Amino acid sequence: MTAMTHEAEHHGPPSNFFQRWLFTTNHKDIGTLYLVFSLVMFFIGGAMALIIRAELFQPGLQLVDPYFFNQMTTLHALVMIFGAVMPAFTGLANWMIPIMIGAPDMALPRMNNWSFWLLPFAFAILLSTLFMPGGGPAGGWTMYPPLMLQHGMSFPFVIFSVHLMGISSIMGAINVIATVLNMRAPGMSLMKMPMFAWAWLITGFLIIGVMPVLAGAITMLLTDQYFGTTFFSAAGGGDPVLYQHIFWFFGHPEVYIMILPAFGIISAIIPTFSRKPLFGYSSMVYAIASIAFLSFLVWAHHMFTVGMLLAGSLFFMYATMVISVPTGVKVFNWVATMWRGSLTFETPMLFAIAFVILFTIGGFSGLMLSIVPADFQYHDTYFVVAHFHYVLVTGAVFSIIAATYYWLPKWTGHMYDERLGKWHFWLSVIFVNILFFPQHFLGLAGMPRRIPDYALQFAEFNMISTIGAFGFGFAQLIFLWVIIKCVRGGEKAPAKVWDGAEGLEWTLSSPPPYHSFTTPPVIPETEAPAR
Amino acid sequence: MAQAQGGYYVPHGSYWPLVGCIGLTTSVVGASGYFNGDWSIWPLLVGAAIMAVMFFGWFGTVIHESVSGVYNSQVDRSFRWGMTWFIFSEVMFFGAFFGALFYARVFSVPWLGGEDIVTNQLLWDSVNLRWPTAGPGFGHLEWEPMGAWPLPTINTLLLLTSGVTLTIAHHALKANQRLKLVLFMWATVLLGTTFLIFQGYEYIHAYRELNLRLDTGIYGSTFFMLTGFHGVHVIIGTVALLVITLRCMRGHFTPGHHFGFEGVAWYWHFVDVVWLGLYIFVYVL
Repeated sequence: MTAMTHEAEHHGPPSNFFQRWLFTTNHKDIGTLYLVFSLVMFFIGGAMALIIRAELFQPGLQLVDPYFFNQMTTLHALVMIFGAVMPAFTGLANWMIPIMIGAPDMALPRMNNWSFWLLPFAFAILLSTLFMPGGGPAGGWTMYPPLMLQHGMSFPFVIFSVHLMGISSIMGAINVIATVLNMRAPGMSLMKMPMFAWAWLITGFLIIGVMPVLAGAITMLLTDQYFGTTFFSAAGGGDPVLYQHIFWFFGHPEVYIMILPAFGIISAIIPTFSRKPLFGYSSMVYAIASIAFLSFLVWAHHMFTVGMLLAGSLFFMYATMVISVPTGVKVFNWVATMWRGSLTFETPMLFAIAFVILFTIGGFSGLMLSIVPADFQYHDTYFVVAHFHYVLVTGAVFSIIAATYYWLPKWTGHMYDERLGKWHFWLSVIFVNILFFPQHFLGLAGMPRRIPDYALQFAEFNMISTIGAFGFGFAQLIFLWVIIKCVRGGEKAPAKVWDGAEGLEWTLSSPPPYHSFTTPPVIPETEAPAR
Repeated sequence: MAQAQGGYYVPHGSYWPLVGCIGLTTSVVGASGYFNGDWSIWPLLVGAAIMAVMFFGWFGTVIHESVSGVYNSQVDRSFRWGMTWFIFSEVMFFGAFFGALFYARVFSVPWLGGEDIVTNQLLWDSVNLRWPTAGPGFGHLEWEPMGAWPLPTINTLLLLTSGVTLTIAHHALKANQRLKLVLFMWATVLLGTTFLIFQGYEYIHAYRELNLRLDTGIYGSTFFMLTGFHGVHVIIGTVALLVITLRCMRGHFTPGHHFGFEGVAWYWHFVDVVWLGLYIFVYVL
């Protein structure tokens, strides 16, 4: 053992391809794997969305049969949530957190490898269900019983693949938390950490707190199906609504799992391009913590129409509304950061500004949905679809795109093509609104979600929405091209890619050495909080 | 094999995670085929065997590295955080099943039994349900609930005692009294094993004499799923304790450096606390 420690002093990656990527314990390699995997899933899930939108282009049934349509809505959600958004954030955490906090690597490098490699296996299982007799899951990503229990042979495969995704994200979250708590360079106190590390610390807590609850819920589904338990059957003294409670106890924190890291990213990008420190650093930290805390107390707002005690409805309504307060603090702080800054509008900044505006629209429609009597009209309509796509696409996904443009020069050592980036931004931001904004009107007029056909009066807005969908979808090919082009070459990027950027990641060369901080940097006592 | 990165040990590549992925995938695909009735149980067992090999090999590597002294105190802290949050995730997993139990007892069973007029009239008119029940559709079943006496109470005492013996062993380790350490570790393993034997006996008693089964409505569901998952954790904990005991006999661990021991001890205490919750809410109340 000890004889071998010296041989390891060389600093490059292993030369063998399989050893490097399959057995890797390097946080950057694993981060890259996560990001590439997420990009692949983004396009697979996007293709499913285009099938959905193509079917909805006109009233009537034309392209796919309704059962396949339902499989597409179900798998689109599962792929985008567990395959695209969450792994993208974990990938960003892997790449950036160690070099942001001055660590040599993630705290638990071997487990890091396991967290990633479980994902391709899990999604191979999930997507293989499409080719099974009876097709893939079609009961919605929420997997409500009794509908979910009326499935063909894909049912246990779906349940177990979600179990694997859960194990993967729990291990990833444990790793991030251990890294943030234990691997910071000397002098970097918690309140000097970059906001992205803070956001991920709290996200990690949410993941570990709720993914096991999802595991419990779907385990009960499995035993109800195969072992005769009656958790969700009234005949046996159980209740299908019980599933909804357990599921949404997971499901609501889950939506914050998909947005808190985005808050961290936006809090890094806006100060850089405003050339001002982040406004209200500590209030940002407390806001994220409050949002995370409140997220455990609002789950039943997803199920007001299921029938519950008046006191329950009121509690969950007001608790939901309270979340707007810390969220408002964050939006205010981002705007205040830009106030009187010397702004420039490179692609990451454009996406970050679009995030602030469009995510806020999603937040406002969420506030509308929290109002119990109004929710009875909105529930399960396209209004809900519009709402969560504003927070997830123009929120989470835009932040991931912004982060990619922001750190791509750091990762690859080359500048990306700014002109193509601008094209990508403008096409995305225009088409995404053509895609989702009309869905508000459709929902308010009563068009239900997850149905492949609709009444004639919804035809125009659906047609517009589908045009937006294809525009947005194809605009992402520009993104793919920008990434490929940037990986293959381009103008050499300096260590400090953006002149207004601050933080330890900009003290390392672009790309950083294979092993980040061989000796931990020391953060001076007097230094202002990082971003 | 190792890189000393500013003192922090970052291992070189390892194939064990990939073995773990293959093992888990084989297990769950095998289980799915088995549940669907398409396959025998063998693919599932092969997957489980791969997992066993993976744990043996992976932990073996870690133990090897630990004994060779490459882990500094910072690595030790990473392991501590890792174990802490892993146990937290386990707590939340049990929380889902406790939540189901509370929901059934506080809401769904009383509602079905008439407290909620609409549910009662629309679904199951004129039944009068009280916990313990198998539910309104299972009224024809003849069965008895599991009492708290004598076995569960004895089991409670066994687990609590095992917590004490484990703590004595820990103090002996810190005082470097190796014989006392090994003896009390064996006592802990023995108590855990006895608990498992009693629990197995209780299940046989439930199935044979009480006609209480996994499919005996909501009572059977919550009873067997809660105690069953707890039992699985006791099995894991006992195996872990056994490994630690054998390591103690090999002379592993020092008074100041023994996270492997402490991690297993934390896990065992967690299993203990879950049992107390079970004893109160499943057996006594």
